[in-house]
Amino acid sequence: MESLFAVERLSTPLEERDDMITVKGLNKWFGDLHVLKNVDLTVKQGEVVVILGPSGSGKSTFIRTLNALEEFQTGEIVVDGISLTNDLKNIEEIRMETGMVFQSFNLFPHMTILKNISLAPIWVRKWKKQRAEQIALELLERVGIPEQAHKFPGQLSGGQQQRVAIARALAMRPKIMLFDEPTSALDPEMVKEVLDVMKTLAESGMTMLVVTHEMGFARQVADRIVLFDYGEIIEEGPPEQIFDHPQHDRTKLFLSQIL
Amino acid sequence: MEEISFETNKEPDILLPPKTQSKALRWMKENLFSGWFNALLTIVSALVTGYILFHSIQFIFTEDWSVIAVNFRLLMIGQFPVEEVWRIWTAFGLLTVLLGLSWGLWKGSMAHVAVSILAIMVVMLVMPFIQMNTRLILGGNIVLLFLTFFIGTKLPKLKVPVLLVWLLFIPVTIFILNGFGVFEPVSSNIWGGFLLTMLIASVSIIVSFPIGLLLALGRRSTLPVVKYFCVIYIEFIRGIPLITVLFIGQLMIPLFLGNGIEISNVMRAMIGMTLFSAAYLAENIRGGLQSIPKGQYEAAQSLGLSKAHMMTFVILPQALKAVIPACVGQFISIFKDTSLVAIVGLTDLLGMGQKLVANPEFLGKQMEVFLFIGFIYFIFCFLMAHVSRRLEVKLGVGER
Ligand SMILES: Nc1ncnc2c1ncn2[C@@H]1O[C@H](COP(=O)(O)OP(=O)(O)OP(=O)(O)O)[C@@H](O)[C@H]1O
Ligand SMILES: [Mg+2]
Repeated sequence: MESLFAVERLSTPLEERDDMITVKGLNKWFGDLHVLKNVDLTVKQGEVVVILGPSGSGKSTFIRTLNALEEFQTGEIVVDGISLTNDLKNIEEIRMETGMVFQSFNLFPHMTILKNISLAPIWVRKWKKQRAEQIALELLERVGIPEQAHKFPGQLSGGQQQRVAIARALAMRPKIMLFDEPTSALDPEMVKEVLDVMKTLAESGMTMLVVTHEMGFARQVADRIVLFDYGEIIEEGPPEQIFDHPQHDRTKLFLSQIL
Repeated sequence: MEEISFETNKEPDILLPPKTQSKALRWMKENLFSGWFNALLTIVSALVTGYILFHSIQFIFTEDWSVIAVNFRLLMIGQFPVEEVWRIWTAFGLLTVLLGLSWGLWKGSMAHVAVSILAIMVVMLVMPFIQMNTRLILGGNIVLLFLTFFIGTKLPKLKVPVLLVWLLFIPVTIFILNGFGVFEPVSSNIWGGFLLTMLIASVSIIVSFPIGLLLALGRRSTLPVVKYFCVIYIEFIRGIPLITVLFIGQLMIPLFLGNGIEISNVMRAMIGMTLFSAAYLAENIRGGLQSIPKGQYEAAQSLGLSKAHMMTFVILPQALKAVIPACVGQFISIFKDTSLVAIVGLTDLLGMGQKLVANPEFLGKQMEVFLFIGFIYFIFCFLMAHVSRRLEVKLGVGER
């Protein structure tokens, strides 16, 4: 059997692995508002990076520029060796390699769960319908809701919908998964079921970039924490260092407010 | 859904007082006579309704409807030559086959359309003034409808071919009616009556929909040229009355086409109606597009779907579903507005009616003629509205 989410588990140490995402000198403005200021970040293959920071600090904007949901003005982004330019072909390729999970699920309400998951594999990856649905069912099994395949999104609980959204992103066999506050819209009792799926995914070796306010998850699962404030990375490092010995005053302030 | 939750909100049966009154009596008490004011309203509206009904029924059954009977052919097909009527029946037969097959294949809303057409055929069949051979053909069509219905239920593979033939139906019909060199040409200038109404309405509805869709998409385009072309077109058309568009069509289309090409009055009216209704449909559809949350676009894009796939599978199905009622409203209004073509010299159903009542032979028969025409319009508009409601309910599955 393939490893849990069909990603090779990696035995080489992080430092020796290839770069999956390289961001250099990234700047973005919304009109006059400078939302990303000279952001540099490199994410290794199989690394789990959790992005923390106060509201409005540019976390969402940052991960949305990575798959071209937002444009940027200056700087350089390379995802899995593909340079992110205005070239539509590059954008398409990058989007095929990156899955994204949104705070508000964004399932397609007019399609069954199975259709939601198999749509992109059929039309983008050009898989046979049968194969795509087979894989969709397997993924549903892995996120723990195989019995919901023929229901519509509106008939599922929030936690179930978010797990479907994860399965939908995974169905494209991405190399990178981006999560933008995946549990923020959920009732407390459903947060765990989604975090558990994400944890298993991380353990299977997926490269992940996660914006979240779940400190337990960050401490337990992250290889590295990155702190955003006013569009800048003010501090980064392994969870123990950030949580137990924060260097920057703004990091201390942020952590004191949230913990 | 609402009904169910309403039911469960009711007090449990045990708490209700013992049933001493019959259901009907209780219903009347609750709904018609709760309080003196409602009771008064009930009595007054009952009296008014009764009065109107009595006189209407009296009128319908005591009037002399011979003006309809004598001119039935004219009202239905205008001056279409008698010896060429087989062409209309051929087109009608094709329609019957398509309806029957679709009824068998899809059931649901198609069943309502098919049964309604069936009912219309049966009613015509028993009308006293119908000629014997017409009656035979109608009977044959009814049999054909049932036959193709059974074929449809047995052969689900026919779905795609039937859809294709539906797409070709209007062009084929126009081809058969006109002849276009293969048969003796029957100029569209002598098409008339209900046939003409149906043709103009169907062509305008079917052709204006894709044009409206393109205009709606174009209006949201990021290319300024496309965008402003669509905006100007839509706002220009919406700023002038249909009548004006029809006149402009009659006068300007030949100018645009130059000398070489002859284009019939009927065609000009069709083009005018189509261009007019496309602008309104575009606005309806744009409303639907705007109702789709940004997250749907982002989810589709993040999955790598191309723009075309995103629109086809994610955005348009939701947007169009949201605007079915508005679009059907537009279709119904196109259907009724076809009566305006009488003003540019065509004899559609209403135009034919006007010619009839202008004839001294049928002096004083306006009431009968216009009531009959109104009745026909009503049946078809009602049918469209009914099918659209069914469609909404059916597509409502899995709503958020
Ligand atoms: N489409 C937009 N147009 C203009 N300004 C925007 C837009 N999207 C975000 N912003 C602004 O950019 C800044 C960064 O927003 P962003 O959503 O990235 O913050 P965030 O760190 O994700 O915050 P939160 O924790 O609340 O989600 C904010 O000041 C926000 O108001
Ligand atoms: Mg955010």
